[in-house]
Amino acid sequence: MTPLSALFVVVVPLYALAAAASVWPARRAQIGIGNGAAAAGSAAALVVGAGALRPASDALAAVALLPAGSFAFRLDGLSAVFLVLIGLVGTASGVYAIGYSGDYRRSQLATMGIAQVLFLSSMILTVVAANAFTFLFAWELMSIAAYLMVVTDGSAETVSAANWYMAIAHAGFAAVAAAFLLMSAGELTVGFDVLSKVSHPTALKNLIFLLALGGFAAKAGIIPLHIWLPLAHPVAPSHGSALMSAAVIKMGAYGLVRVSFDLLGGGPSWWGGLVLALGAASAVVGLLLALVQQDLKRLLAYSSVENIGIVFMGLGASLLFRSEGLDALATAALVAAIYHALNHAAFKGLLFMGAGSIVHATGTRNMELLGGLIHRMPWTAALFLIGACAISALPPLNGFASEWLLFHTLFGAGLVARPVIGVTLPVAIAALALSGGLAAACFVKAFGISFLALPRSGEAAEAHESPLSMRAAMTLLALCCVALGLMPGAVTSLLARALVEPGAASVVSAGGAVELVSPSGVGRVAPLAIGALLVATIVLAALVVRAIVGGRIRIGDTWGCGRLVHTSRMEYTAAAFAEPLRRVFRELYRPTEDLVVETHPESPYFIQGIEYRSDVNPWIERVFYRRLSRAVERAGRSMRRLQMGSLHVYLLYLLSALIGLLIASAWL
Amino acid sequence: MVVTAFLHGLVALLVAPALVGLIRWVKARLQSRRGAAPWQPYRELAKLLRKERVVSQHASWVFRVTPYILFGTTLVVSCLIPTVLAPTGVQVFGDLIAVVYLLILGTFWLALAGLDPGSAFGGMGSSREMTVAALTEPTMAIAIFALALPAGSTDLGQIVRRTLEMPTSALGPGHVLAFAALFIVTLAESGRLPVDNPSTHLELTMIHEAMVLEYSGPYLALVEWASALKLFVFCVLLANLFVPWGVALSANPTAIVVGIAAVLLKVAVIAVALAVFETRVAKLRLFRVPELLSASFVLSVVAVVSAFLGR
Repeated sequence: MTPLSALFVVVVPLYALAAAASVWPARRAQIGIGNGAAAAGSAAALVVGAGALRPASDALAAVALLPAGSFAFRLDGLSAVFLVLIGLVGTASGVYAIGYSGDYRRSQLATMGIAQVLFLSSMILTVVAANAFTFLFAWELMSIAAYLMVVTDGSAETVSAANWYMAIAHAGFAAVAAAFLLMSAGELTVGFDVLSKVSHPTALKNLIFLLALGGFAAKAGIIPLHIWLPLAHPVAPSHGSALMSAAVIKMGAYGLVRVSFDLLGGGPSWWGGLVLALGAASAVVGLLLALVQQDLKRLLAYSSVENIGIVFMGLGASLLFRSEGLDALATAALVAAIYHALNHAAFKGLLFMGAGSIVHATGTRNMELLGGLIHRMPWTAALFLIGACAISALPPLNGFASEWLLFHTLFGAGLVARPVIGVTLPVAIAALALSGGLAAACFVKAFGISFLALPRSGEAAEAHESPLSMRAAMTLLALCCVALGLMPGAVTSLLARALVEPGAASVVSAGGAVELVSPSGVGRVAPLAIGALLVATIVLAALVVRAIVGGRIRIGDTWGCGRLVHTSRMEYTAAAFAEPLRRVFRELYRPTEDLVVETHPESPYFIQGIEYRSDVNPWIERVFYRRLSRAVERAGRSMRRLQMGSLHVYLLYLLSALIGLLIASAWL
Repeated sequence: MVVTAFLHGLVALLVAPALVGLIRWVKARLQSRRGAAPWQPYRELAKLLRKERVVSQHASWVFRVTPYILFGTTLVVSCLIPTVLAPTGVQVFGDLIAVVYLLILGTFWLALAGLDPGSAFGGMGSSREMTVAALTEPTMAIAIFALALPAGSTDLGQIVRRTLEMPTSALGPGHVLAFAALFIVTLAESGRLPVDNPSTHLELTMIHEAMVLEYSGPYLALVEWASALKLFVFCVLLANLFVPWGVALSANPTAIVVGIAAVLLKVAVIAVALAVFETRVAKLRLFRVPELLSASFVLSVVAVVSAFLGR
């Protein structure tokens, strides 16, 4: 049995079972079987994908199901990598949902279950699609699934978020569809293998690329098309947020690789430069916006904008190096980008699930109401901390490995002969470094404010640890963060073999399974060795301290300048933590401040109350959309003039349209 | 390879407290005070190591493991840099980028530990420390690139060897500008004036000292030792990446003795320069610090451009 038929034979029945169980009248079946079968199906997809990590493609004959076109499927190395990613996130989210969805109503359980299955199957269909028709069908299915997932809660906030999402997803769909129509000259059922051999005139090729980039960037949440992402991801149920942030936005990256690398076969160097610039802007701005959030899940959503930006930086660098003829560097950049996508799936899935556990335990996403959770939820805290360390690119975890490789690829600028590129690439390096430093600050805030110190509300003080299934799902992803970090050589050689060709694997895997070697072969790093050395020194230091003073520790009070009672009001808040950076990057945030001091009527020196309100108003999120919505409104107003409510005029329209058409047909 | 790392770690561990003591002593003399002897930090460490640990009742295990993690990462970093010996071949553990990210690992945990006891001082210190750390990072990355570009490698030993082979490159504009940028980074990262004041404990301008306010006894000893190590690491980087003469290229005993003597001398010169500098400048307002850091960023970008054009 070929991997592709195995995929259909095993995964389809399991997902069908999951869908059927989701609408079953019994809650237990909805929660247990529905999510369990979805997890099992995803695990099967993961296994199939892992088995197919090789460049040879495995095609299934076209299946004609609809009169409009026929479906065709193919599983090549690129699809297999993304299949692994989807399978991993899907397994974790399915297991997590068993414990998480206990609080939902029956109708909501049905929506969530169906949305989850639709999500997973549409993503799998997207990556195994072998013609534009199948691809677009799956792409649209994915948007519908996301809509269902987001509106589960049914509040006004969720509906507005889902509408934003739908608008941008459809604009993106239109762009992608236009790109495919141009590429295949209107024949959407032509296979990708045929399309990749067609050569287009330069102008057409550029147009296709720009349309595809726009569409895929909208799906990925690249700035300035990211605006739906921080609205939609936080309000979905948490396993849905994990699916969307960890897997769905990666479909944008998949689409870009499929179209610009595979189908168009690369292009001029400005393609790469454009993708790199968009990625760098998303990386820095995404994190700066994440930093000032007080909603934990929204912070994570903005950080997804950053990470997908890093993935796009890798893809852009790869396109750029390819156009300069530096194939080894291009391979390394592509591998770094996909490696980071995989890593982000692991740690962002983990972090969203950790945030979900907090919501489950306290009912709030607002960090200003959290705190002290490490005492009540020790497992969730430890797992969230692993995710926070990984996303901040701290060695020896996985975020470090992929960013290290990307850094080294960008250092390849030294090999580019053209000064324009060689001198501008360091700016990308600086953007990557800045986003790394800001990520550390952002996740110190996310973990430190939510989990450490004293609880800031009654709900946080009464929090409870999550059920076993939720912890199991998070543990799975945390283990992936560790394993992907300690075995970078093995991961990169597998990726290179799957993405390019067997020979190219040597470019990034000269150092064996545990070592990463830079594409030019001169820098190397072994996270496992660093980790071992680190553990050794830590254990040694602990033993020495224990030998000198013993294990005794006196428990005292936090020092408070002589103050006797210590309450949570004296802690630093999430807003205060980000204040210095908010001042530094004031130009971006355009903060608004509102201070109302209420004094006693007798004397201004007796203050009865102070109200301080501050918000950020990032122009980058407004400027583009304000113009757009104004233009749409203006167009709407002028259209309204046509509609005057008189039947005679409408008949006149009909008649004139008919005459116009007749004349036109006579002419042609 | 492992022996080299061990040697470097040992030298750093033993010398770092004296470096802090030396800076304090020179500063005291310049300010017409008598000052404590340069080996005073060893006495302090010995005293602190024997004292009792007091931990806040609100703190969690994060607070208790952080001193070890911070000390461990800084010690590992000092094992990775070519303090005395720049062996041929590429390091097995990691390069300059690994060094940067390991230092952030320590800072990350220390900032968490600052938040853990729930005191406003700790939170303030953490927030400011992470701000400074985030803003110095691009400068470091670009300065690294400016150094790696002519050497063709980010491996620290290779950069040292390359400068030794081509002594004139140490005077090239790329090198000199990168040195200036890294000098400012050193001031910011190791909490020296004008970014942070290492000798005050109760000012609202403080960064590092506010963050570690809750630590006592052996924990404080480890944190202090780690910051001394960090300062030593940056001084060695400044000394050996830009003025690499004296660094042993092979592991024979005389070369190693010469290497140790050379690095001690160079670090002492930098320490005196730091002391003079710190006596001459005033502490910057916190919100003026980003201006200093962006100046260092511009320096490093110019360094890259000139390194690129001057290949």
